[in-house]
Order: sequence, then C-alpha cells, then structure tokens
Amino acid sequence: MALPTYASPLEKAWHYTYIAICAAIFFFLIAPIVVVIPLSFNAEPYFSFTQKMLSFDPTGYSLRWYDTMLTLGHGAPDGPRDSSWWEKAWETSTWIKAAKNSLWIGLWATILATVLGTLAALGLSRPEMPYRRLIMAILISPMIVPIIIVAVGMSFFYAKACVAPGSALSYVVGPFLSSKGCLANSYLGVIIAHATLGIPFVIITVTATLSGFDQSLVRASASLGANPRTTFFKVIMPLILPGIISGALFAFVTSFDEVVAVLFIAGPEQQTIPRQMWNGIREQISPAILAVATILVTFSVCLLVAVELLRRRSERLRGLSPS
Amino acid sequence: MADAPATELKTSDGRPLRAALAAAQSRARRRAFLLVVPLLAFVILTFVVPIGYMLKRSFEHDGFSASAPSLAVWFAANPKGAAPDEAAYAALVSDLAKMQVDKTPGQAGTRINYTVPGTISLFKSAARKAKDLTPPFKEAMLELDAKWAEPAIWMAMREASSSYTTDFYRVAADQKRGPDGSWQRGADNERIYLFLFFKTFLLSGAVTLICLLLAFPIAHLLATLPVSKSSLLMILVLLPFWTSLLVRTSAWIAILQEQGIINDLMYSTGLIADDSRVRMIYNQTGTVIVMTHILLPFMVLPLFSVMRTIPPSYARAARSLGATSWTTFRRVYLPQTLPGIAAGSLLVFILAVGYYITPALVGGADGQLISNMIQFHMAKSNWSLAAALAAMLLLAVMVLYWLYDRLIGIDRLKLG
Repeated sequence: MALPTYASPLEKAWHYTYIAICAAIFFFLIAPIVVVIPLSFNAEPYFSFTQKMLSFDPTGYSLRWYDTMLTLGHGAPDGPRDSSWWEKAWETSTWIKAAKNSLWIGLWATILATVLGTLAALGLSRPEMPYRRLIMAILISPMIVPIIIVAVGMSFFYAKACVAPGSALSYVVGPFLSSKGCLANSYLGVIIAHATLGIPFVIITVTATLSGFDQSLVRASASLGANPRTTFFKVIMPLILPGIISGALFAFVTSFDEVVAVLFIAGPEQQTIPRQMWNGIREQISPAILAVATILVTFSVCLLVAVELLRRRSERLRGLSPS
Repeated sequence: MADAPATELKTSDGRPLRAALAAAQSRARRRAFLLVVPLLAFVILTFVVPIGYMLKRSFEHDGFSASAPSLAVWFAANPKGAAPDEAAYAALVSDLAKMQVDKTPGQAGTRINYTVPGTISLFKSAARKAKDLTPPFKEAMLELDAKWAEPAIWMAMREASSSYTTDFYRVAADQKRGPDGSWQRGADNERIYLFLFFKTFLLSGAVTLICLLLAFPIAHLLATLPVSKSSLLMILVLLPFWTSLLVRTSAWIAILQEQGIINDLMYSTGLIADDSRVRMIYNQTGTVIVMTHILLPFMVLPLFSVMRTIPPSYARAARSLGATSWTTFRRVYLPQTLPGIAAGSLLVFILAVGYYITPALVGGADGQLISNMIQFHMAKSNWSLAAALAAMLLLAVMVLYWLYDRLIGIDRLKLG
C-alpha cells in the first residue's frame, strides 16, 4: 500500500487520512473486546474505569468478580478455601456447572456435526453428485434461517417428540431424554439442535478444503491396490484433516455461543454459559459478567490461533504458497 | 455411424462400452449420494420437519373448535352469511355450558379475540350463566350481552369452528374483522406487525449500509498490504468473529450505558454535564451500533476475498492513461469489487433481518425487531400467531437466500 511517487500533495493528504480512517475502524472492531479485560479487575461494582484504576493504584484493581463468579451458587462460600471447598465449588457453583454443561453439549454436538458433515462434504465434492445445488442449499440453510424460527419450530416439535415410557425405544434413548421421555428439556434435544446449527460450518470448511484436493491421488492409491477405506484413512484424511478440524472448531464455537435454541428447548437442568450470561445481562448486570467475558475472550484467542495455524498447515499440505 | 450396433466398442468381458460406462457412472452417483444421505436425513428430521411443523401450526388453532361441536354442526348446515336463528343460539348456549364444565371458555374466547378484540370476557361471563338460561335462547343471550348479535362475532366463530384457518396470517398482516364481519385494514396506529416488518427491514438496511461503508476501506487495506502485515491485521477482524456474541454485547453495554466509559469520558473532559448523560443503549441507537459491530466481519471477509484478486495493474493503467485517482476508483476499481459488495451486503442483510439476541438485550423499547415480537407471542402462548409471523419472516429470508444463491452461489460462501 505504498504511495506512488507521482502522488500529488492532495493525494498524499488523502492517503494519510485513509490510513487514519482504517485505524479508527480497526479500533471500533477490537476495542470493545479488549476493554472488558481491565474492567473485569475493577474493585468497584462499576462498568467504567475508576480514578484509582486510571492512576494504576493497585487498590483500584481486584479479583473480586472472579471470586463472585466462583462462589455464585456455592453452598458455603465463606468457609476456608481447602480442598473440600473447591470440591463443593466444582459440584455446585453455578458458573462451573454451566461451563461443564456447555463443554459437554458442545463436545457431542461437534462430534455429530463433524462426522456427518465430513461424510456429506466428501459426497458433495464428487463430480457425479446428483442435485448438488439443492442439497447444498438445504444443508447450509440452518445458518441462514433466523435462529428464532429454528427455535420456534424445534420447541413445537420437541415437545411432541416423545417416546412412550416402557417401550423398547425408551430403554435405548430414555436416559438421554427428559423425565417425561421427550426431546424438549433434555440434553439430547440440545445436542441435536446444536449439531444442526453447526453442520453448515463443517460443510463449508470441508468442501473448501476438498476443492483444492487432487483427485488423481485417489486413483493413484487405488492403482497401487488400496481399497476405498485404506485410501480414505491413509490418503484423503491426512490431507483434509486441517479442514475437518477447523470445521469442528467452528461447530464447537457455534454450540458454545448459542443461547436462543437453549432458551426455547432446554430445561433448567441444561444451564449453559451463554444462558447464564443472558440471565445475568437481563436481570442485574454486574462486573462478574465481565470476568466471565474475559475468560471467554482468552478462550477465543486460543481458538483463533488454532484455526490460523491449521489454515496455514492446510495450505502447505495442498502445495499452495502461504497467504 | 448408422451401423452403430455392428461396430460398437466392447469391454474386455464382452459388454457394450456404452452400457458399462453408464453403469459405472450411476454407481458413482449412487455412492456420492449415499455419503450425503445420513446428513440429509439428519437435517430433514431435526430442521426441515420442525419448521414444517411450525408452518402447520400457523394454520391451526383448536381453542374454539375443540369445545364448540354443536356450533360446528350448525355452521356446516347453514351457508355463509346466514343470520343466526334460534337453533344457532341454542347450539351456542349448549357449547358455552360445555365449555364451563371443561373449563375452556378462556381458550375459546382467546381464539375469537385474535380477530374480534375484547371477546375473552364476553365468553367467560356467558359461559358462567349458560346452564341457567332458558329458551328462547336468542332473547336470553342478547339479554346477557347485545354483542352476541354482532355479525363480526358470528363470522369469527364460523371461521374458528374449523381448526384450520388462515386467520393468523390476516392478523399478522394487520387485518381485523369490521362490525359487519368483513376483513378490514386496521387503523394506522394499530398496524403493529407490518410496521415492525418495515422497521426490521429498514434497520437491517441501515446496518448493512454502515457495515459496507466501514468494511470497504479496511478490506481494501487488507487486500493491498503485503501478506505478512495483512495477516496480522486480519486477526483484528477475525477475533470479534470468534468471540462470543454475549461477550461483545455485554462489552458494549459497559461502553455505552449512562454510567459507562464513553459517558464518563465525555463527563470528565467537560463535554457534558453529569445530568445530561447521553442515552446510547437500550434504544434503537444501541441496537444499530452493536449489530454493526457484530456483523462487520461478515462484510469484510467476502469483500476482502474479491479485492485480493483484483490486479493493481488495472489502477496503474488507468492512471497512466490520465485518469484522476477519483475516476480510477469510480470507473475501474469499484466495478470490480461489485461481486464482493453484493455477497457481503446480502449476507449481512439476511443475518440482520433475523437478529434476535442483540435487540432483546440492548434494544430497549424502540429497538425491538420482528424476531423479538415472535418470541413475545411464544412467551404469551399465542403459538399460532407466533408461527404465522415466523412463516412470513421465513418467506422473506428464503427469497433473499434464493437471490444469494442466484447471484453468488452458496458453494462460494467462505469463512475466514
């Protein structure tokens, strides 16, 4: 973006204005995310920087909101912090329970979406695939259809999707359903809903990886005597693995951040982090939310780094120059 | 090749090559399709069927029909527009008495109330007294309340005596029954749903436009910088993309609220007095600011991927031919970015139209969109009306989605 040598003074002025504008827009993008980090260490119950914080007085900062986060819902928050206190926190603390639920639901939704999505992406990338456009449109639509519509449809349907207690099916899936034997208010219902919402991301990333895949490698493998299964696990899989993993990470983040479907179809048992945050923001917003937010920002930085490294590895594997 | 059968090529096992190829191809097609089947079945079961079920609910409400069998018989026997006679009132009284026993007059009244407001209490009070009424029932009912003679109520009851109806779409399109029973456009101040649809589209358009204006310069910068620098700056675009929506929303609450950072900053620099802090959140402004921030990466990424492919030599050629930098931008560069502008704008608009979380959390009273209205009716158990509004929103999004597929192609959707 160097300035050409023939630029007039006016153009030079415009060039620097342009750089300043871009800097301002980047600031707009990133500032709200960065600002929650110092605010979460506020010693006062405010959402703004106090005088003490601005003058870097150590008493202006504290870990009290992280402490609040740990003790919310804790049976005996004031006791000595020994191993039994931590054990109790692990079992009863509201945010820890929510984190466990979020990770558990996210994990299963990701596995479901990634396995099914990768298989489908393999089929969709074959040149012989019939009705490709239509099927692709259906599979991507969970990302496009407004979440409220998906949630309304699922809440109607899941309330009816029940198995009769005592039937053969209820012995198989019963433990995953609600006490009434329905998908509504059950872990399985939330997992299925989140897997559906994560599928478009897996399809998009894996088909993008496969579009650069050299099909003659499959023929080479077959001509050397490998059966389709060996070809998949020894040739295709290692090459598209970075795409699969980044698709899986997208699916996980979708589930980890999803709140509307949870609000509509989950019961009080399935309290997740976003739902707890939603309640926190709606009822009385305290800086404890910002402590949670800081932890989540750290988490997303890690995910971003992982995806970026995977993308570079994928491009290297496919023989593209790193860009 | 008139004598094709004689000279047809054969495979080594003696089958005609044409047939063998066709068989191999259909086998390949079947294999490709089989790979997609599990996912397709899953998505149809967990996504398409629930939405189809919702569409069915938008045409269905048995609040009245389930508890008014006698009236249904009378309506079936008499043509539309027939004035209610003594038999009709007798059927009404027997149904009302039955409702009182089943404790359903509230539900029946609610169903009629959708199209003729103010009828819930009418049904409740009539049902309480129904079993004590004596013939002639017409006079007895009119004595209870003269409203029972209104054609509007009888038209509404006729419509509601079947559990399938298009009434909810009429209500969602702001129509109501007039005193003579016909459908009328609601008064201007009562047309809440169409107004809300209009407002949703307007706000989404505004957000899309602001996103485009903000995304264009930085996408251009990212596309023209050397790779090592641009991938660092790209992180600034991708980090918000990967950060939880609720985190970003709560961050904006901290920044924009009346005791928040911006107001504190303006107060401490003496720009505003303590009692005139600016309200920037829990209203329409807040919704637009936060939605712009959340949707901006969806505009930057498609613009960037198009701009990266534009060779800088075109702009240099234009300049060498004597064009000013403005003309070069307008006539040479901008037209080449149009595919990116279309892709980004459509995507942002589609996502904005269905936005729910941000308006619900920071929208206050005037920043609510159509999604929030759907949620409101779901919470009030007005399921059929919520479903009808959702179906109308779905139709709008589907048209945009179809347009996106036509103009850009879904398979060119990229993430990061």
